[in-house]
Amino acid sequence: MNPVVIALCVGMLTVAALLALVRVAKGPTMLDRVIALDVIVAVVVIGLCVEAVANRHDTTLPVIVVLALVGFVGSVSVARYASRESDQERGRG
Amino acid sequence: MDWTTVGTVVGATALLLGCLLTLVAAVGLLRLSDVLARMHTTAKPQVLGVVLSLLAVGITLRRGADVATLVAIAAFQLLTVPVATHMVGRAAYRTGQVDPSALDHDELADELSEEERSRD
Repeated sequence: MNPVVIALCVGMLTVAALLALVRVAKGPTMLDRVIALDVIVAVVVIGLCVEAVANRHDTTLPVIVVLALVGFVGSVSVARYASRESDQERGRG
Repeated sequence: MDWTTVGTVVGATALLLGCLLTLVAAVGLLRLSDVLARMHTTAKPQVLGVVLSLLAVGITLRRGADVATLVAIAAFQLLTVPVATHMVGRAAYRTGQVDPSALDHDELADELSEEERSRD
């Protein structure tokens, strides 16, 4: 694949990851951070795709499968935990 | 122009579009105002970006087993990301992070108040 295309992709992904990291740092709530971390997982997945295209190999495909799975389980469990916590608070209040 | 050139061009375009859409998602993450608005950026541009870059890998590698894996990953993404986003939106609504004045019509509030009335 053309090295210019690869460089452009890596540049865009770097900027995207940095912007998402700013949102993770700023918050303001846990759910904002979960959404931003979802974007970071997607950036890593697309980065692995770019690497697979650049070097024409398929060894990282299982890693992409695992990342897609872990990202889903992570955000669902954090969202679940966030609403469970508020249920308890409501019960106390 | 032969088919290998066409494949390379389509693959490069898909890869660039995928990265661009992820960048758009990240910009939206910073620019939009609250959780419900930010959810859109992860649910739509991000998924399309992932699917496009998987397409680019498939076009570049062109092997049966690899393409099957990539199709499975894309289908999995299309199934799970809406579920995860729905869960985040639900948690946001139930923890009171949604500004009711920003909504045109709040159907869930009617449902919830009816539920509470029937419980009493």
